[in-house]
Amino acid sequence: MIDLLEEKKGYIASFAQFEQSSHAREHSWLDGIRQDSIARFDELGFPTTRQEEWRFTNIAPLAKIPFKPADSIPSSLTISDISRYTVCEARCTQLVFLNGFYSDSLSTVKFLPKGVKIISLAKALETDRAVLEPLLTESSSCQSNAFAALNTAFMTDGAFVHIPHGIALKDPIHLLFLSTRQTDPAISVPRSIIVVESESQASIVESYASLDKGVYFTNSITELYVGAGGQVDHYKLQRESDDAFHVATVRVLQERDSTYSSHSLSLGGSLVRSNLNVVLNGTGADCQLNGLYVTRRQQHVDNHTTIDHAKPHCASRELYKGILDDSSSAVFNGRIVVRKDAQKSNARQTNKNLLLSKDAAINTTPQFEIFADDVKCTHGATIGQLNEEELFYLRSRGIDRDAARTLLTYAFASELLTAIKIKPIQCQIDLVLLNRLSRAS
Amino acid sequence: MLEIRNLHASVEGTEILHGINLSVKSGEVHAIMGPNGSGKSTLAKVLAGREGYTVVRGDVSYEGRDLLSMLPEDRARQGVFLGFQYPVEIPGVSNMYFLKTALNSVRKYNGLEELDAMDFLVLAKEKMKLVEMDEALINRAVNEGFSGGEKKRNEVFQMAVLEPRLAILDETDSGLDIDALRIVAKGVNALRREDRAMILITHYQRLLNYIVPDRVHVLLDGRIVKSGGKELALELEEKGYSWVEEAMAGKQAVNS
Repeated sequence: MIDLLEEKKGYIASFAQFEQSSHAREHSWLDGIRQDSIARFDELGFPTTRQEEWRFTNIAPLAKIPFKPADSIPSSLTISDISRYTVCEARCTQLVFLNGFYSDSLSTVKFLPKGVKIISLAKALETDRAVLEPLLTESSSCQSNAFAALNTAFMTDGAFVHIPHGIALKDPIHLLFLSTRQTDPAISVPRSIIVVESESQASIVESYASLDKGVYFTNSITELYVGAGGQVDHYKLQRESDDAFHVATVRVLQERDSTYSSHSLSLGGSLVRSNLNVVLNGTGADCQLNGLYVTRRQQHVDNHTTIDHAKPHCASRELYKGILDDSSSAVFNGRIVVRKDAQKSNARQTNKNLLLSKDAAINTTPQFEIFADDVKCTHGATIGQLNEEELFYLRSRGIDRDAARTLLTYAFASELLTAIKIKPIQCQIDLVLLNRLSRAS
Repeated sequence: MLEIRNLHASVEGTEILHGINLSVKSGEVHAIMGPNGSGKSTLAKVLAGREGYTVVRGDVSYEGRDLLSMLPEDRARQGVFLGFQYPVEIPGVSNMYFLKTALNSVRKYNGLEELDAMDFLVLAKEKMKLVEMDEALINRAVNEGFSGGEKKRNEVFQMAVLEPRLAILDETDSGLDIDALRIVAKGVNALRREDRAMILITHYQRLLNYIVPDRVHVLLDGRIVKSGGKELALELEEKGYSWVEEAMAGKQAVNS
């Protein structure tokens, strides 16, 4: 295993240029955070499979491509060009990003209650420095992940959502990150910060997709803060193109009695690493993490989740399911930490995998670190194939073999699809999935 | 309609059926009775085309065609129906979606127009009445959490919707209490028709009090050892399978 030192240098050289760019110059108060982050990236280097956290995911193919920071290029795209990726367009506030940069002409912001802010991060860095500076300083101070450090060093844009105390937003907020063709393979580094204050309620949808084919790299961070008694439903639809690299980190901090649900649907990309870290930081906090990954060909999708039960009386439920075809592979690593004082914690983790091909591979690891004694923690992982009895039952009723396989595979995913509360998303994913499955068989 | 000639079949290398001969005509109801392990379910599965059941010798003709060379789905589309002894639970697939897909596959194959959801629902509700099935079950996942009786009713309900030409009911009576048995039998009787044949596979004579067969066959150790009219079932009930077994043993002793 090589150490990818040369590859690292490319990004450090890019950073020197970036520091002089207008993007960086506009917000010079970030200079310290950026420099700390690139130094941290330099120190950490690209992870290798010798590191436990990356044992089953070799990122050499990603590191070897000399990605250049994406540029905000003028675009002639109209809303109809992106309509296939929009959800509930009639009612939804939708921020659209091209290669990580906010597009004002493609975005729609509906009437919002007083105090609610849904703007680009680039703008928020100007207007909301008071909120952002402590958050960014805090989250960049302890970066153990090279990709996160890289994001912070180069971040310029993304979404900023701020919902003050006691406001329930009924309609979802859609953050749509689209990649378009650039001259050189490009890396985009969207950074989104979502603050839902106490007793407020929101539904956030993040979509990642591409309008063109080709090799590109999305390296995103989403930070989500749920205040006391707050309630957030969070959807992440990863539909990157076949040749894309996607590394994403979602960090969630939950206060007392807050509720958070995550629906992570991973369909695209060639090499995908998704980190989801939830800290249950107040008593009575509750989270439900749902995940579905569907892979084919040579795709590799790695889901690493951490739920940190930092306070007593919190509950977490996690259900991740994978459908793997061809010679694709996936990783599920579910880490659950129960701190010493987090008595009466309740954690349930399930990972189920369906292998449609004998060449597909899954590595699934539960990782429990329990320091309290009065807790209830369970986990289960399964790896299986389609059930022959069930297939025969369907065929004996006149349903052909391929249709029966599709039906049973879809059924395997169905509990995660029905958990999606936003109907248009459910329908879209339904269609993508059925289409994918019926072509596979 | 169905002509089974010298059928030998094996499972995992062990021969279970040792030369079955059976002829079933349109409009007839045949009962195949036999003790556990006699090969009843193997026969049903071979006829429906379950993988893993290997035909070693013999042939089966269904309406003049070679049944054994057809895929399971094509057998179903041409009118063969197997009522399962142990209907499979399929979480995540609604009963309604499953059966609509099945019916439309069969209809499409036979050049008929496919039914839309509304038309299907009307048809389904009518057929559910036949087996006094709770309408709520149509929206549940296939057999998931159904009681034994509900599962068997669901089988007869599917048969009523798919309207097969040849129905093979594998121990549809087993595990039913007397009320459920009566309802299932009523459903089956309502589906008896001149252009439809049925094979009832059963361990017990009890079912035949409700569904009166034209012919009764006794299956023993992979062979049909005795055939007769409906009175044969009563005789079996009275004397038990050992009666046939002993008779067979006696015959073999005389022959040797």
